[in-house]
Amino acid sequence: MTPVRSVRLTVNGTQTTVTVEPRTTLADALRNELRLTGTHLGCEHGVCGACTVIVDGAAVRGCLMLAVQAEGREITTVEGLGSAAHLGALQLAFRKHHALQCGFCTAGILTTAHALLTDEPHADEDRIREVISGNLCRCTGYLPIIAAIMEARIAYSDLQCEAAQ
Amino acid sequence: MSDVAKFLVGCAVERMEDARFLSGSGNFADDLAVDGMLHAAILRSPIAHARIMSIDASAALAMPGIHAVITARDIGDAIPIIPLRLAPLPEFEPFRQPVIASDKVRYVGEPIAVVVADSRALAEDALETIGIEFEALSAVTERGASENALFDFAEDNVALRYDAGFGDADAAFASADYVRTERFSVQRHTALPMETRGLLAEWNSSAGRLVVTGATKVTFYNRRALAQMLGVREDDIDLIEIDVGGGFGVRGEFYPEDFLIPFAARKLARPVKWIEDRREHLMAINHSRDIACELSLACRSDGMMLGLRGRIFADMGAYIRTNGGVVPAKAAQFLPGPYRIPNVSVSVEAFMTNKTPVGTYRGPGRFEANFFRERLIDMAATDLGIDIAEFRRKNLITEQELPYPIDGLVPYEGPTSYDTGDYVEVFERALKEIGWHEKRHLQGKLIDGVRHGIGLGCFVESGGAGPKENAAVTLEKDGSLTVAVGSSVLGQGLETVLGQIASDTLSIPFDRIRVLHGSTTLLDEGFGTYHSRAVVMGGSAVLDAATRLREKILQQASNHLGRPNSELKLVNAKVVADNGASVSFAALAAGRELQADGTFSNDVRTYSYGTHAAHVTVDPRTGAVKVLDYIAVEDVGRAINPAIVHGQAIGAIVQGLGGVFLDHLIYDDQGQLLNASLADYLVPTASDFPVLRAVTLELRPSPSNPLGAKGAGEGGIVAVAAATANAVAAALAPLNVEIHHLPLTPPRLWRLIKNAHARAITAA
Repeated sequence: MTPVRSVRLTVNGTQTTVTVEPRTTLADALRNELRLTGTHLGCEHGVCGACTVIVDGAAVRGCLMLAVQAEGREITTVEGLGSAAHLGALQLAFRKHHALQCGFCTAGILTTAHALLTDEPHADEDRIREVISGNLCRCTGYLPIIAAIMEARIAYSDLQCEAAQ
Repeated sequence: MSDVAKFLVGCAVERMEDARFLSGSGNFADDLAVDGMLHAAILRSPIAHARIMSIDASAALAMPGIHAVITARDIGDAIPIIPLRLAPLPEFEPFRQPVIASDKVRYVGEPIAVVVADSRALAEDALETIGIEFEALSAVTERGASENALFDFAEDNVALRYDAGFGDADAAFASADYVRTERFSVQRHTALPMETRGLLAEWNSSAGRLVVTGATKVTFYNRRALAQMLGVREDDIDLIEIDVGGGFGVRGEFYPEDFLIPFAARKLARPVKWIEDRREHLMAINHSRDIACELSLACRSDGMMLGLRGRIFADMGAYIRTNGGVVPAKAAQFLPGPYRIPNVSVSVEAFMTNKTPVGTYRGPGRFEANFFRERLIDMAATDLGIDIAEFRRKNLITEQELPYPIDGLVPYEGPTSYDTGDYVEVFERALKEIGWHEKRHLQGKLIDGVRHGIGLGCFVESGGAGPKENAAVTLEKDGSLTVAVGSSVLGQGLETVLGQIASDTLSIPFDRIRVLHGSTTLLDEGFGTYHSRAVVMGGSAVLDAATRLREKILQQASNHLGRPNSELKLVNAKVVADNGASVSFAALAAGRELQADGTFSNDVRTYSYGTHAAHVTVDPRTGAVKVLDYIAVEDVGRAINPAIVHGQAIGAIVQGLGGVFLDHLIYDDQGQLLNASLADYLVPTASDFPVLRAVTLELRPSPSNPLGAKGAGEGGIVAVAAATANAVAAALAPLNVEIHHLPLTPPRLWRLIKNAHARAITAA
C-alpha cells in the first residue's frame, strides 16, 4: 500500500485532519477528502488558476501545492467566501455584473480577487487586471470580472477601516 | 394592479445559476462521487501514424488497485464507429472514427487502451507500464501528401470534393472590369472550455440499465448512438446533464470516451468515472478552423461586386467525426456574406491528415469565411481607389432585397434565405461607434513609433437549426413551477432565459421557477443546443408549454371561482377574477400538479447580422499589436436577457481575438502536437484586450419563431478575424505588408515587415 500521512490544517475556519498520500495535491485533498468541490481543476499544471485557494492569506495554486505542505496552515476556499444563501460582497458584485457564465473558473477568480483586495483594497484597474491575468476564463472576456472586482473594493476598504478602529 | 409582475423578457435579470456557482456549490462532472466508484485513464497514441503490432498490459494488470485494461480486443470483432450527426454525406462514411484503435493509429492522442483502477493516480501509474509495439508509418500533415494514404481503401487522402454555387460565375468573371485572387488561411485551434470533459457511467446489472452523467449538447442523439453501440435498448440508458463548464461547440459531441467509459462500467459492473486532463483535452477534443481558401472576386470598376469564386481546403484531421463536413461547408456557404453577389461558385475539398479530428467551434466556418472575404474586399477597394466603407455600403444587401435567397451553396441542405434586417443601418452604426469619420485619417499613420489601423468586417450568421424542440412545464403542488426542456446547458445562462419566458407567460415569480434541461429522463425526445438554437427552439417550446399550462390553470380556476375564463387574469402566482375573488396557483395545484407539454418545430433558419470594427496599433519594430478599441454591432432580433447577450458578445469577441493572435495548435512534420499544455497553447488573459464594446440591437425580429429571436452568442466571434486582420493590414499598408494568414503573432508580422522591406530595397 502507498504510505499515507496525516495533515492537520484549518479550512474555512475549521480545524481538520486529512489523511493523504504524499503525492496528493492540496486541491485534490480539498475536493476528494474534504468534499469541498467548489475548488475546480482546469489544467493541473498551474496555468489556468481555477484551483486557486488562499493559504495563510496568499493566493496559491491548489494543483501546485502538496497537501502535506499545508500542515498547520490556514486555508480559505470559495466555500469560505459566502454561501449561496448569504453571498459575500465580491460574490454579489460578480452576480450583479454578470461576471460569470459557465461558473467553472469562477472559484479561482473569487479567491484570487479576495486575497488581492484583502491586501490591497485600493488596487487600481491595472493592478486588478495584472493579478487576474493569472486566471483563465473562456466565457466572459474578463470585462465584467474586472468591473465586479472594482466595485467590491469598497467592501474591503470598509473592512480595513473596521479593523483599524 | 400594483402586484402585477413586470415582464422579465427583455430585462437584464440576474441569473438564477449564479448563487450556486459563486458559492462553490455547482455540480460538475468531477464533483460526482458514488460508492464503489472506479477511475479510468486512457492510453493514447504517442505517434501520429503507425500499425499496432502488439499490446502488452500484463505489468499493468499485475499492479495493485488495477481492475481492468480494456483494448480493442476486449470490445470485440466489430469496433463501434462514431456516427455522423450532421452533414451526413455518404463520402465521409468510410472515414468515421472507431471508438478505439485496433490495428492502426492515425493521430497523436487516439485511444488505444482504457485502464480502470481504484484511483485516478493508480490508473495513470499503470498507463506507463503498458507496452505497445508500433510499426511507424510516415505521417501526413498537409494537403496533397498522397503517397501515404491514411486509409487502405483510399487512393489518396481526399475524403470529399464538391462544387456548389448559384448564378454564372464564369460569365461574371469573364466580363468583369476587375478580378483579384488571393490565398488565405486560418490556423488550427480549438474552443478550450475551462472544464475538461468528464463522465460517470453507472451500470445496474440486475436492471440492465445504464446511467451516464456529465452529458450535454445533444444528449438524446448521443443516447441513441450509445444504445446501438452497446446493443441495449435506448430506454435502458439515461444521459444526465449537470453543470457544464463551457461548450463552444466542442463539448458534448459523441467522442470515443462516450462509449469506452460506459463499456468499462458494464464490463466491470462498477461505476466508472473518467475526467480528461488538460493535456489529453488538447489532443482529444475536436480541433477546428484549419481552413485554407483561394478566393477570387470580380467587380465592376465602380466597385459593384459581380462574382465570387472560392476554393475551400479543409484539414479534417485523421477521422470524420460527428460534425462531418460542417466546418468547410459553412466556410463555403458564408463566403458571399451580407453582400449582393449575383454569381457565386464554391468548391470544397476535405482532406485527411494525421492530426486530431476537427469539429465545430463557435461560428464554425463563418469566422474563416468572413476573414477571407473581408480581407479581399479591402484589397479590391484599395486597388479600385474606393473607400473601404463606401465599397461595403454599395454592395450590402438592402432591406428591400430581403428575403434574399442563398440556395445551392451547401449540397446537403435545402433552399434558405437571409430573412430580415437592415444590414446598412447596422453597418453605419458600427462606423459611428468606432468613430470612422474622425479616425480614418489615422490609417497607416506612424504615431509615437506605432502604426494605426482601422478595420471593418460585416457578417450574416445563421442560427436556430431545426427540426424541433420539446418542453414540459409543471405547476407543482406547492405552487412552484418546474420547466423541463430538451435544450442543453453549456454555461450560457439557459436556466435564466427560459425562466424569464416561463415567468412572463404564467405570471409566476422568477424565484419560484426551477429549470431542468438536457437529461434524457425529462422528456421523450430532445434536440439539444448548437447552432445558436437554444432560445429560438427551446425558448419557443417553453413558451408553447407555458401557454398551454396557462389555459389549464385558467380552466381550473374557472371551476374553482365559478367565473368564466374571460373574467380571469393571472397575477403574481394567483388567478384573479374581475369581481376581486382570487385563488393561488398553490391552491389550484394542491391536489394534483398541473402539467403541459409544448413543442416548437421549425426548419426555417434565422439570420442575425452585424458589423465589427477594430482600431489597432502595430509596432513595426516588434510586430506587436494592441487593440485600442473594438466594437461589435449585431441585430439578434430579440434579446431575452440583454446582459446575457452582451456577456456572450464580449466573451465571443475575446475568444475571436485569441483566434486571431494567440490560439494555435502547432504540429511538426511527424504529426506531433507541440503545444499540448496551457503553458504553450495561448489564450487571451485579462490584460490582453481591455477595451471592447458590443452593441446588441433588436431592429428586426425573426419571423420564424414567436419570440422573434435570431440566436446570439456566435455573432460576437464570426467577424473578429475579418475586422482585426483588416485593421492590422491597414496599419501596415504603408510598409507594403498584406495579411493572408492567421494567427497574427509578433514573429509572423515582424517577418512580413522585414520581407516587405527587403523586397523594397531589392526593387530599388
